[in-house]
Amino acid sequence: MEVTSIQNGIIIDHVPAGTSLKVLEYLKIDPAKTKLALIMNTTSKRFGSKDIIKIEDDKDIDLDVLGFVARQATVDVVRGGHIVEKKQPHLPEHIVGVIKCVNPRCVTTSEHDIKQMFHLVHSDRLEYRCDYCDEEAKL
Amino acid sequence: MIGKSVISLDDLSIAQIQDLLHKAQYIDAHRKEVSHTCEGRVLATLFYEPSTRTRLSFETAMLRLGGKVIGFAGAQLASVTKGETISDTLKTVSNYVDVVAIRHPKEGAALVASRAASVPVINAGDGGHMHPTQTLADLATLQSRFGRVNNLIVGLCGDLMFGRTVHSLIETLCRFGNVRFVLISPEELKTPQYVIDRINATPTCSYVEVRDLASVIGDLDVLYMTRVQKERFFNEDDYLRLRDTYILDEDKLSLAKPHMAVLHPLPRVNEIAVEVDDDPRAAYFEQVKNGMLVRMALESSVVGDDLPGYEPLNPKEVQA
Repeated sequence: MEVTSIQNGIIIDHVPAGTSLKVLEYLKIDPAKTKLALIMNTTSKRFGSKDIIKIEDDKDIDLDVLGFVARQATVDVVRGGHIVEKKQPHLPEHIVGVIKCVNPRCVTTSEHDIKQMFHLVHSDRLEYRCDYCDEEAKL
Repeated sequence: MIGKSVISLDDLSIAQIQDLLHKAQYIDAHRKEVSHTCEGRVLATLFYEPSTRTRLSFETAMLRLGGKVIGFAGAQLASVTKGETISDTLKTVSNYVDVVAIRHPKEGAALVASRAASVPVINAGDGGHMHPTQTLADLATLQSRFGRVNNLIVGLCGDLMFGRTVHSLIETLCRFGNVRFVLISPEELKTPQYVIDRINATPTCSYVEVRDLASVIGDLDVLYMTRVQKERFFNEDDYLRLRDTYILDEDKLSLAKPHMAVLHPLPRVNEIAVEVDDDPRAAYFEQVKNGMLVRMALESSVVGDDLPGYEPLNPKEVQA
């Protein structure tokens, strides 16, 4: 499978297979308004399969959000058709305004003026919990 | 601790918890001397759901310190019915009072309140989440019965899955260390993994999970009873089969050590037979008294009023 390389932009590589649309959603990148290519379920030496997102544009990627939704992903910055920088997201200690708490008894379901906030509890298990009710975060 | 909100016991250091327990004992022995400690202070009890026992305890605590109390009980009375947020209510009430105790059915409500308030907020129970002063009452009862809160074999019996008081007590005792837990529950109501993880992460603590109370009661220093609620079971047969296993009566108590303490967060339904009340090992009504004493200790501490004649345990650590 061949996809024309981008000249200036970014490549989000090693996205877990089948999740790239979801990753774009969390990164608040609208595929309807962005020049991008998605390669889904392609072969990966490291993970068996993966998705790749290529964006022909200077997009600011929130690495904290990417680390949260796709920990294994990498970000390549492309200039003039060459990769000039590689970025590796880290697991953020705290995430704000990315996902909603799924606990129906959480105060965030009734107090609409407060931000959804989660904190990292266990990095090996990728476990985040709601700041308010301690419910485990679910993507 | 002056100006500090207490949403969970993790907000307090071990030294601060120990000092509160020490203060509670001092207050009990010096009730008259401390009766003017918070003169001129006002406590607001904002109870968005009814809880007569807890509200009376918070209010009595402030009254016994010489302060006054305002508040509401039941959200239907409050401006919440007009759509006011918790944050706005707290920003308003902060102008009236020196300390707030809040109870709310939503989990995390007390944290929202503390972030909006300009005075200390004490969590009096936020849904099934946290109820730190209940755990302080439990610890104060251990302290008064044994002179310590660790180096004990602590049995917890009944609904260990949904009981927040149980989780909070286990987690706090793990911070003190040197506790052996005996977790007595039906398979359906076993202790959640995150609580087990906390015990496993504490080298000086250990646990065993069992189903039968009678077979282990003789080993225990403390038996913390909880209610096994019918609605927690998937079918009624299981409930009926297990219900009686977790009722503490004189027969089972006869197998226990003479100085074991029986605790229960109350209210009970039928899990402790009334005949046990007269046994010297029954400590659950003492727990209620200790609840008021620790609330007195906490309210006076967060508003910054010193108890006359009281010497802190470790002043530097407590202030930290």
